[in-house]
Amino acid sequence: MKSKVLPSLPLLVAGTVAMPAAAATVSVTVPRINVAEYHKPYVVGWLEPAAGGEAKTVFVWYDVKKGGREPGTKWLSDLRSWWRKGGRSLKLPADGVSGATRAPGTYQVALPANLPAGQYVLKVEAARETGGRELVSVPITLPKGRGAASGKTELGAVTVR
Amino acid sequence: MRTRHALIAAALLAAGLSSPAWAHRQWLLPSTTTLAGTSEYVTVDGAISNDLFYADHFPIDPAQVKVWAPDGSEAKIENAATLRYRSTFDVKIDKPGTWVIGTERSGLMGTFKVNGETWRVGSRGRNGGQFGGAGGAGGPGAPRPGGAPQGQAPRGMGPGSPGGPGGPGGPGGAPMKFVATAAEIPANATDVKLTETIGRNYIYVTADAPTENAYKVTGKGLEFQPITKPGALASDEEGQFRFLVDGKPAAGITVSVVPGSKKFREAEEAQELKTGPDGVLRVKWPVAGMYWLNANVTDTKTSEPRATERRLSFTTTLEVVAP
Repeated sequence: MKSKVLPSLPLLVAGTVAMPAAAATVSVTVPRINVAEYHKPYVVGWLEPAAGGEAKTVFVWYDVKKGGREPGTKWLSDLRSWWRKGGRSLKLPADGVSGATRAPGTYQVALPANLPAGQYVLKVEAARETGGRELVSVPITLPKGRGAASGKTELGAVTVR
Repeated sequence: MRTRHALIAAALLAAGLSSPAWAHRQWLLPSTTTLAGTSEYVTVDGAISNDLFYADHFPIDPAQVKVWAPDGSEAKIENAATLRYRSTFDVKIDKPGTWVIGTERSGLMGTFKVNGETWRVGSRGRNGGQFGGAGGAGGPGAPRPGGAPQGQAPRGMGPGSPGGPGGPGGPGGAPMKFVATAAEIPANATDVKLTETIGRNYIYVTADAPTENAYKVTGKGLEFQPITKPGALASDEEGQFRFLVDGKPAAGITVSVVPGSKKFREAEEAQELKTGPDGVLRVKWPVAGMYWLNANVTDTKTSEPRATERRLSFTTTLEVVAP
């Protein structure tokens, strides 16, 4: 049966079988940037229903440990699109959502499995201290969303599969 | 008619109050309109100048600035300083929600004659409460959310207010005489020409999630009810703001929307827009940046019986981010 449907892609078929039916995964690349003063970026990913509606934050990487007079949360509003789409109302740290900033590399994050099926836009926004800010949008259809886009400066490939 | 307006405008300037008709724009410029957390300060510049937001003319008087926390309670400005071209002050944003920072001024001004000599009605350095005695002007405006008293009277712009073009001198070139309030107009005065003014210049700063109390309607004068909220404006989304006069939608009023930093563009890109029948102004932003928004309405709904005209204005500064 499987070999009839996708005879030439045995690896992909194996992957599909191994994963839970409804869980898509986003892969986010934090690019290496050659500058004298580099700080790991704040990065956030969220899902917006394509037809409009409340944004669902999937992950937010910021300086979770920094406290004191200037806590790490101070710069969350620099993720300005996310901030006004709902970040400003989110209590942080949030279980399963907040995490420490990441060094350059590619990271996998599971999208929530409990979202209603339909069309969404996955948005990933990065803002870097003394650096730039970038927003990447990936239209996807859940539950079996697939899509890809790439940033030019502060973000590399953003892939949903 | 024109002469009379010019006279009033001159009187307004002489009294140290900004005239809506004048190119000089009074502005408040916050360091940001959006904050994460409640351990932050916003620092604000205030000035009067032609170009936005170039402080190159006169400072505002920080003593006129009031602050209302999201719950409507009054808060203080800190570290205020009046500089040559601008004033500057801090506001500690220590509660979540939307804060209001700004000035509200109301008063009566104009002219009258006694024995053929023209006098000016102004309010330099006096307490606005005195207008109450004039039977109606009733102190500046309605209370802000939380019932904070309006308190401060219209005062001069402080040292170096726009001096006006010489001002209309009295007969024989002598300086025009003036009384501070309408209550002091003598009974034998003739040619009483009074204009009532209510002018607001508010900016909005939001820590964490926005709150609505900042836009609570008092039902008096020209008021601003944003549909798209300050602190959440983006250049690729239409801005929608409702204006109210005495609590009712202000249809068809003209609003200037001017982006700052014209030095870095060919044109100022100022827009003169009109509100719809529902009082809603719809704004498309030519660029991202800080915008100065100014609405003016003139009508005859005066609360002072001798005043023939009422001038209402509302000014704010909006931060419009790139998408």
